[in-house]
Amino acid sequence: MALTREQMAQRVARELEDGFYVNLGIGIPTLVANYIPEGIDVMLQSENGLLGMGRFPTEEELDADMINAGKETVTARPGAAIFSSAESFAMIRGGHVDLTVLGAFEVDQNGNIASWMVPGKLIKGMGGAMDLVAGAENIICTMTHASKHGESKLLEQCTLPLTGAGCINRVLTDLAYLEIKDGAFVLKERAPRVSIDEIIEKTAGKLIVPDHVPEMTFVEA
Amino acid sequence: MAGFDKRVASYAEAMEGIEDGMTVLAGGFGLCGIPENLIAEIKRRGVKNLTIASNNCGVDGFGLGVLLEDRQIRKIFASYVGENALFEQQMLNDDIEVVLTPQGTLAEKMRAGGAGIPAFYTATGYGTPIGEGKEVREFNGRHYIMEEAIVGDFAIVKGWKADRYGNVVYRHTAQNFNPLVATAGKITVVEVEEIVEPGELEPSQIHTPGIYVDRIIQGSFEKRIEKRTVHG
Repeated sequence: MALTREQMAQRVARELEDGFYVNLGIGIPTLVANYIPEGIDVMLQSENGLLGMGRFPTEEELDADMINAGKETVTARPGAAIFSSAESFAMIRGGHVDLTVLGAFEVDQNGNIASWMVPGKLIKGMGGAMDLVAGAENIICTMTHASKHGESKLLEQCTLPLTGAGCINRVLTDLAYLEIKDGAFVLKERAPRVSIDEIIEKTAGKLIVPDHVPEMTFVEA
Repeated sequence: MAGFDKRVASYAEAMEGIEDGMTVLAGGFGLCGIPENLIAEIKRRGVKNLTIASNNCGVDGFGLGVLLEDRQIRKIFASYVGENALFEQQMLNDDIEVVLTPQGTLAEKMRAGGAGIPAFYTATGYGTPIGEGKEVREFNGRHYIMEEAIVGDFAIVKGWKADRYGNVVYRHTAQNFNPLVATAGKITVVEVEEIVEPGELEPSQIHTPGIYVDRIIQGSFEKRIEKRTVHG
């Protein structure tokens, strides 16, 4: 069974560590905030200039001057800091953010990522994604393993224009959790009841399959 | 003698001197912290062929989006656009030139522009279409591209409070690009919600020192919310 979006968020959340500063992209990465493990404290960085993003506001707290990078109204948690866009990207580019989670259209076995532009379609822009992938040492890419037509998104070489070169080291798809190392995807875990054969079939890039590939486990909600 | 008194009496006075073909830097992120009345004044004046540098280009009928209605923008540096139908249409018709710029690079281009740094090297965009045609240098085994600073003929800024000397503080995430924009204008105009007496703002809490600011005006703001998300 392929992972649901919620399960993907749950799996990524297990990579969080106590004291991490984390930037979560739009989509599945945003959901990770709902699954921060009990007993650990993380600070969410929003690249419009907020470190310590809190939950959504109540009607009474709603404030046009308080948004996240997805332009949603949010709150600041106790201990938050607010700053300019230059300061925000100094943190990002300077490698001070411990973990970045973001979506992608394609990744390849050399850690290249394409996530912002499909030629021929309307191009809206990269926002902060290019800075985030250039600055972070620790990035998890969340994406579906293959397109609806079964075409792999884990490639030998990205076909779409890149967001960043050689910067991705971990990928969580709806089928598997993989690391990228020495020019290959290394299969670390598979989704419950997903066969290794299916993952091999849907991975176009070089794939290393260790002897033992554990199944992910999820607690039923 | 006006001394350091930067206050102007009207929006017409605030944007006096703006002409066709000028470059205007604008603060704001989405619709948060945008100088909405200064934008409206640019629309009223009908100046054309503007080059804009701003993270986004507003929405249909609000923010920088209003300048699209009479085709006042010829070129825009932005990191994310197309949240308005009119923009998409003008982009597809090549009526507007869009220079997509990574968000951190855009912020740094403004910061550098205001700080007298003509260019800088960043790893952002290396190996991507953004790096094509730009100088590449290697430092400590990593590749960086050269990006040039940007300055504006005008910089338009939305602050929360200012004193008449032009010291400004911003409120919450309405800060965003505003303090950078404020440093990088030949003429920097700041509109705020409240003008206070010098001394009322704590000196160590000032975000934009008055030296960067040429004109200050107090206005009233709609502060439209782009995505209203509430809890429970």
